[in-house]
Amino acid sequence: MRDALAILAKDLRIEWRTREGLSSVFVLGVLLVVVLTVAHDPSPETAPTLAPGVLWAAFVLTGLLGVQRAFVLERENDCLAGLLTAPLDPAAIYAGKLASNVVLLAVTQAVVVPLTGLFLHLDLVPRLPALLLVCLLGNVGFASLATLFGALALRVRAREVMLPLLLLPLLVPLLIGAVQATRAILVGGLAAASSGLGVLAAFDVIFTVAGWLLFAYVVRD
Amino acid sequence: MRRLLPPLTGVTMLAALAIVFLVVPTEAEMGIVQRIFYFHVASAWVAFLGFFLVAGASAAYLWNGSPTADRLAYAAAEVGVLFCTLVLITGPIWARPIWGVWWTWDPRLTMTVVLWAIYASYLMLRAFGGDDPALARYAAVLGIVGVLDIPLIVVSVRLLRGIHPAVLTRTEGGTGLVDPWMRIGLLVSALALILLASWFMDLRVRGARLEEDVAALRRELEARRGEVA
Amino acid sequence: MVGPPLRAEGLARRFGGITVLESVDLAVDAGETVVLLGPNGAGKTTLLRMLALLLAPTGGRLLLFGTDAGRAPAALRRRIGYVGHEISCYPELSAAENLAFYAQLFRVSDAPGRIARLLAWAGLEGAGRRPVRAYSRGMGQRLALARALLHEPDLLVLDEPFSGLDPDAVERLQQQLLELRAAGHSILLATHDVERAAPIASRLAILHRGRIAWVHDGRGADAAVIVAAYRTVVAERV
Repeated sequence: MRDALAILAKDLRIEWRTREGLSSVFVLGVLLVVVLTVAHDPSPETAPTLAPGVLWAAFVLTGLLGVQRAFVLERENDCLAGLLTAPLDPAAIYAGKLASNVVLLAVTQAVVVPLTGLFLHLDLVPRLPALLLVCLLGNVGFASLATLFGALALRVRAREVMLPLLLLPLLVPLLIGAVQATRAILVGGLAAASSGLGVLAAFDVIFTVAGWLLFAYVVRD
Repeated sequence: MRRLLPPLTGVTMLAALAIVFLVVPTEAEMGIVQRIFYFHVASAWVAFLGFFLVAGASAAYLWNGSPTADRLAYAAAEVGVLFCTLVLITGPIWARPIWGVWWTWDPRLTMTVVLWAIYASYLMLRAFGGDDPALARYAAVLGIVGVLDIPLIVVSVRLLRGIHPAVLTRTEGGTGLVDPWMRIGLLVSALALILLASWFMDLRVRGARLEEDVAALRRELEARRGEVA
Repeated sequence: MVGPPLRAEGLARRFGGITVLESVDLAVDAGETVVLLGPNGAGKTTLLRMLALLLAPTGGRLLLFGTDAGRAPAALRRRIGYVGHEISCYPELSAAENLAFYAQLFRVSDAPGRIARLLAWAGLEGAGRRPVRAYSRGMGQRLALARALLHEPDLLVLDEPFSGLDPDAVERLQQQLLELRAAGHSILLATHDVERAAPIASRLAILHRGRIAWVHDGRGADAAVIVAAYRTVVAERV
């Protein structure tokens, strides 16, 4: 656990130095919400109904590009070898990287969610606590798979294409659960979102555990 | 056993075709088109079996590194995607005359598309992932994660708003099989397709083995050529 | 765990259909500096990665400090310091920050003190705040070595440490390696640069076609003799 925190701290420090990941996520998030909104060209009445879809589509697409960085970081100067020669459990590397990805994705959400509300004429403030819950669950689920496959894609040819290709189909249940839950929250409140939240929670648990167990097979030769 | 597969498959296929087209009575509501149902559902079962086999073989490969397990996983994925594609083709062919639409986002079709995409991406990884020897391990991880996703997909697609959810639950499944021959037809079709799939997998696994042998021989030839030069 | 630092018996490694290492027998005793020579592609890096516990063998046996390498990898990792082809230090962080990170992972006691001493030993105190990205190759190599020494390992495994270094840097590294040997560290070093390695070796071995083809006591060995032996071994037909 200490090791995972050390890795998280190190990643955050590096990210803060360059701000490369943070700024690209920021700009991409804005761009995607704009593009998705403009592509639909909704009227003021229909705009709020688009919100859950636009929000989560923008999140997933931005997130896909953002999480690639977490392991590309370790590729330079073969820092991954440094981590692997240390006396730590590969699962600790998974936990640390998962945490970094969660932080990065939280930043993505902090950009995408308010913007969606702004562009699609939606007042998100009254629903904020419930929305934060959905966002957190969606975030962790996404990160759990993205961290596992981010490491996997490191040595695969055509990495930039392969990672989205592998992740997107697997993320469909997460997307469905998140959109359904968000829609329910915006219309009715937390109780109505129970089925969507249930899917998200199950997704999170299953793939965090699976990632934890399978990571060693990906990272150790 | 292996040599029996082709003739056995042939016989069962003929039996299935005979039953489906000659013996089974025409279904009351949907007419002749309904006969596609037998192959449609049977293909779906085979595809599912294929995907579970991918996961099992992948887990075995991660456990003991057996190259046979790896070849089996790859073959099962190919066959699974093949039959899944058949489901996605026969589905719309059946749907169009019945409901007037080629596609609907009902739970089962959505689930089939997503599964197709997951295992198609598995095939992409194996085909285009490059030469790193760890690729088999990566594919195995994907194979296992794919199967873990299945229950989540099943549950989540139910949350989608379909076009004709009511129509589908009635016509797709067991409640529609009134005549005993219908049930037999389905089982025989399923058996025929399972045998066909097994035959394909056997060919594929043997083919993979031969490919590896050829590659090894080629390498040896290069090495020797390098020495003489 | 006590025992000789390294005993490899019949170590083998296959990748799919390709056999990189057939059967390697190698020993490193306490306080020795063993130099492993071999042409490019002989499998030196693969062998060193196995000995540093980064890669599992597909055959044979590896004993580190008397313990089977598969048994207690974490504990054994504490006693090994590895420098591969790359320096394994984050380009955006400074030398001190990199070392501080690894100190946490290796549970190094008195980290700040140890880091300061190592930076001084490596001649990097001046580098201070600058990110590793800005370092010269020589500086990077020195940092890599400092990183490997941070947790006071008993065995150092170095892959081509001389590559890309200018003559001054080479001399400095040779000096450092001799100091480390005098201090009781065991060193296994792979290189294809015979002349630079010969002066510091207690023993030399040549890796060829996946096996150790020649071993020689390095004491007083003439570089010319070694080069001749090397050429003979490598030219030999199977």
